[in-house]
Amino acid sequence: MSTNTEFPGPVKWVDDRLGIAKIGKKNLRKVFPDHWSFMLGEIALYSFIILILTGTFLTFWFKPSMAEVEYQGSYSLLKGLHMSEAYASTLDITFDVRGGLLMRQIHHWAAVLFIAAMMVHLLRMFFTGAFRKPRELNWLIGFGMLFLGIIEGFLGYGLPDDLLSGTGLRITNGMIQASPVVGTYMNFFIFGGEFPGDDFVARFFIVHVLLIPGIILALVTAHLFLVVYHKHTQYAGPGRTQKNVVGYPLFPVYTAKAGGFFFVVFGITALMGALMQINPVWLYGPYNPAEVTAGAQPDWYMGWLEGSVRIFPGFESHFWGITLSWNLIIPALIVPPAFVTLVALYPFIEGWITGDKREHHLLDRPRDVPTRTGIGVAFITFYAMLWIGGGNDLIATHFNLSLNHVTWFLRFAVILGPILGFWIARRWAISLQRADQERLLHGLETGVIMRSPEGKYTEKHQPISTYEAYSITARDRLVPHEIGPETDENGVRAPRRALHKARAALSRFYYADAVQKPTTQEIEEAHEHAHDADEIHELTEDTETYREVTSDRS
Amino acid sequence: MSEKRPSLSPARFLSARRRHRSAGLVVLLFGLLAVGSAYAAFAPDNAVADNSAQSQQIEEGKKLFAVGCSSCHGLNAEGGGNGEGKMAGPSLIGVGAAAVDFQVGTGRMPAMQPGAQIPRKAPAYSEEEIEALAAYVASLAPGPSVPGSESYDVSKATDEQVTRGGELFRTNCTACHNFAGRGGALPNGKYAPSLMGVSEKHIYEAMLTGPQQMPVFSDQVMQPEDKRDIIAYLKALETQKDPGGFGLGRLGPVSEGLWGWFVGIGLLVAVAVWIGAKGVKAKGAKAE
Repeated sequence: MSTNTEFPGPVKWVDDRLGIAKIGKKNLRKVFPDHWSFMLGEIALYSFIILILTGTFLTFWFKPSMAEVEYQGSYSLLKGLHMSEAYASTLDITFDVRGGLLMRQIHHWAAVLFIAAMMVHLLRMFFTGAFRKPRELNWLIGFGMLFLGIIEGFLGYGLPDDLLSGTGLRITNGMIQASPVVGTYMNFFIFGGEFPGDDFVARFFIVHVLLIPGIILALVTAHLFLVVYHKHTQYAGPGRTQKNVVGYPLFPVYTAKAGGFFFVVFGITALMGALMQINPVWLYGPYNPAEVTAGAQPDWYMGWLEGSVRIFPGFESHFWGITLSWNLIIPALIVPPAFVTLVALYPFIEGWITGDKREHHLLDRPRDVPTRTGIGVAFITFYAMLWIGGGNDLIATHFNLSLNHVTWFLRFAVILGPILGFWIARRWAISLQRADQERLLHGLETGVIMRSPEGKYTEKHQPISTYEAYSITARDRLVPHEIGPETDENGVRAPRRALHKARAALSRFYYADAVQKPTTQEIEEAHEHAHDADEIHELTEDTETYREVTSDRS
Repeated sequence: MSEKRPSLSPARFLSARRRHRSAGLVVLLFGLLAVGSAYAAFAPDNAVADNSAQSQQIEEGKKLFAVGCSSCHGLNAEGGGNGEGKMAGPSLIGVGAAAVDFQVGTGRMPAMQPGAQIPRKAPAYSEEEIEALAAYVASLAPGPSVPGSESYDVSKATDEQVTRGGELFRTNCTACHNFAGRGGALPNGKYAPSLMGVSEKHIYEAMLTGPQQMPVFSDQVMQPEDKRDIIAYLKALETQKDPGGFGLGRLGPVSEGLWGWFVGIGLLVAVAVWIGAKGVKAKGAKAE
């Protein structure tokens, strides 16, 4: 390579051996589009790095053992109490290891943020349709990380062996036991005998620090590799098409932005760790199966499962000496997996209904696909109602409500809320579409009233800028899936007719009432009409400058 | 009964006449006399002898009771209906002075309105008035009396006692009152109140008398020193600073999740918006 001669010595040395110049040339100039919502996944990535760093620190002192010891550390309220080594070492990290409490708190806050950021990132993907072809698999990889992240968080919550985490594990233990046939075996397998036994801390520990982080790390790599391979999606705008990416190069712009953002995430997490107390294990006391505490909740990401179990009525049936606890089987073993599967498979479901096989690199605005937006809001509402159920006791005490009323409200709201949420969001999106259409076809109302020589009053309308018009119209016309003729030319009935009918009905439902983008002809007609009616002045165009780089999608 | 033959010894005299037809009557009269004198000697005598101040206090308490309490609890504390067949206030006969001292001393009584649970508020009566009410209710029937300050004085509690109190607290109390004594929900609008800012005496009395939804932890169930150790642990919790920063209400993961989302994700998204908005201009300026 001729450019090699320009490199300083050390770079040349490395390049001669690893060929970094070629990789760098290709990738350092990689273009990424600019939008705040593209940085949400970064929050999750950086939180994960923080988790690995602080977690490593914690493993230096944490003893994953359930051997009974007498606590003789510096926290006087528990001194002399018998407890597991895991809990005692957590207290030591908290009170006797320099910086230990800070590290524990940063670790825990980073876990809270890690999963929250993944979820916010997922919502952005959902509402902008970023999961469509060719990114369905990356959606699944992301979903896998979210799922593993939640398991990882829950295992971490169980490690200190305090009263709160023990109570949480006891509930999990109950859910596992509620599984028909295999429940007892699974429970014995996980806990090495009757709960709590003396194995689970060591087992959870190795899964928590090695297995799951390793898998997540591998998935992160695959996830980012696919982002580079597919190139990033972008919002519609002038000069942005399905075939290009408009934005800034990785180096130096995104290196600085992303690097800076990493420090901001680390800084905010460290501030939270320093200022806001989280998981005060010393207050909970050591786990003792005979004890329990009010306000025993899991961390937020398990809250919806907790709520699902809390609001479900207490049914169970007995026959042939077997007890089936429907109050656990349905809310813990059927509903959550079904919901998660539904959301995970949504890209495929939508693709099948709409019959859309094209590649999409331009993102949808949520209003432009009202049914998807409505479904998303229904998902959020369903999740939120179960989530609220997980904190029903605190809601009852803090808002002076009856616990039973909160529970009964949620039992109805968890079913009616999503329907209402779907309907409101969908109509809302359609209204916004209509407002856009109005702007596009009739322009802005200037508030300037004109009087013609004949004495007629009209309001002056001003067309929106070409840039805005471009952004609004850079979307596809949505055409429902065609069912095709009943029989082919030879009179043979088309196969799987019922399925196709259902699909066409769903497709009509999906696109029904959505406002189609106007055709060129419609826009021209509308503008001519406007010219006839009013005096129209086009004010000077926005003097926005576009300095971004356009890169072709290969 | 006069003696006919004083020369006989009393035993012989009684023995000789034990089958007299009026002997039963005589024994009965003696019995009544003995019981009556004993009663005169002990019960009323005690009250009278104790001093007239106490009876005056009871009298005063009775008057206060008639004005402030009887509309629900009945004129003689026998309990009362609300006129619609429901109980307005339970009978207070036998609840003891400790119950009155707790209920009135924490402001729960007099209640402002009936409801699932009567909340704690600023007391409506002065110390002396509470003592008078307690004395009146205690005079109706025996019940637990107000504990002496030595039984709840935790100023000299050792670390060992505090740790023991913590263990007892987690075994008996946290299920309703939360791990840090911050309270929790119970069915149908009832709740276990927060224990923060409650005096030692009132905590002791609550355990002793079991107000509202709370079970009674009598001295047989929970020894007085157990009660004292629990109070010692609670007072240690109350004065303990949160080593990890703001305690977020010591309510557990629900408030942590709320803060994580609103402060953590809120701030980070705000920064992302800021970086997203700032970038273009910075780049533009550099290019010029």
